[in-house]
Amino acid sequence: METAGSANKPGNPLWLLAEVTYKCPLHCVFCYNPVDYTRYGPELDTQAWLRVLREGRELGATQLGFSGGEPLMRDDLEEMVTEARRLGYYSNLITSGIGLTEKRIAAFKEGGLDHIQLSFQDSTREMNDFLSSTKTFDLKKRTAELIQKYDYPMVLNVVLHRHNIDHTQQILEMAQQLGAEYVELANTQYYAWAFENRDQLLPSRDQLMRAEEVTNRFRERVGNAMKVYFVVPDYHATRPKACMNGWGSLFVTVTADGVVLPCHEARMLPGLTFPNVRDHPLRWIWYDSPGFNAYRGDGWMQEPCRSCPDKVKDFGGCRCQAFMLTGDATNADPVCELSPHHHLVTEAVERADRPALPAGVKPIVFRDDRNSRALSAASEPATPVT
Amino acid sequence: MAQPKRLPFDHDAPIALAKYYRFQWEPAQDCHVLLYPEGMVKLPGSAGEIMKRVDGSRSLDAIVAELQAAFPGAPDLRADVVDFLEVAHGNGWIREQAR
Repeated sequence: METAGSANKPGNPLWLLAEVTYKCPLHCVFCYNPVDYTRYGPELDTQAWLRVLREGRELGATQLGFSGGEPLMRDDLEEMVTEARRLGYYSNLITSGIGLTEKRIAAFKEGGLDHIQLSFQDSTREMNDFLSSTKTFDLKKRTAELIQKYDYPMVLNVVLHRHNIDHTQQILEMAQQLGAEYVELANTQYYAWAFENRDQLLPSRDQLMRAEEVTNRFRERVGNAMKVYFVVPDYHATRPKACMNGWGSLFVTVTADGVVLPCHEARMLPGLTFPNVRDHPLRWIWYDSPGFNAYRGDGWMQEPCRSCPDKVKDFGGCRCQAFMLTGDATNADPVCELSPHHHLVTEAVERADRPALPAGVKPIVFRDDRNSRALSAASEPATPVT
Repeated sequence: MAQPKRLPFDHDAPIALAKYYRFQWEPAQDCHVLLYPEGMVKLPGSAGEIMKRVDGSRSLDAIVAELQAAFPGAPDLRADVVDFLEVAHGNGWIREQAR
């Protein structure tokens, strides 16, 4: 893929993520949607989404993700899928599969949807249910059969955390039974709901090591029949991820209410105003809006990033993680061992290494409207500083 | 004349794009591209001209013949086409069309 454009001349976006709704039938404790999603405005209507798709395509985006919330909660998804294909996108549906009937998948196929990624219906409640309940498995099995019947690759995404990572073997066997061709074992990234629940969800180093061993043995056994990707949590790394391949470099998210972001989480950053597609064309937002230009290039960097040779590879890591952990988005991502704040990460990992969660750890918070309203009320007003 | 060396299909077998791959002209890139789940490969120039003809109906022979006709001034293109198709096959972009 392309490298980040310079601050003066950004390249065009290649990825458009359409978070078409924040509605979701699930309550995943690691959800990356904003915890205060209940206070955002009304969802974009069908015509607005079709316009967003056209504008994204005109900018040069080729990959399109329909996500959410649960995108199947929108009954106009078929129309969006059809338009996406007509425009020449390679379209991906990122779904829990809940609500995926045969009628709908047939319409998606007819409309030209290219790819489906089925994510595990996981919250801690649902995970336990899933691992123990035939009923849930049957539901998933039927969904998997529909995906195969309509000639889509069977791609399964499972989010791992402290409470399910010890079941990696069972999860992989379940994936095999479902006929999965690709499985992504994605360790939780600690943003939004997952950050609220971080001390509950962060696995110990032992757990992580065992899960990787199990995964490697499984890979040796099944060979190429099923490709398994194991995404290590960045808290256990010593150098930061090249977040979004650079700010405003390849990736653009349009949220349910029309706000346009350089990444799923950027809405949390203080001092930035992210424009809405109701008010501005996507082209202006991508190339000219202050929000998209805020962390392009490296002029915003502080030490140790500014003089670090790796800044061209990792772009200083993740702005949102820097902000969440240090209070300043221009700091190095504290995942980096060169960051003066790295101890904030290692301390969290050390806490996770204790066999039992320490007393006083916050109870787990499920992603639902009630908790979102409570968290909205508890946080600062959403007034942007301009 | 170079023979298909590592190509796993015959010179007269129709070649198709691999499952889940899509080939198209991409104005923003000013070249042909292959799209696949979460990715894109740019195929500028001759790569695009060859891949344009990988459509499930044409064989290696047919692709070479068409390219020679389309570019009459070009030298024998067969070796270049074979080289490119080997790379394409090695990357999982193409397959033999089921007959």
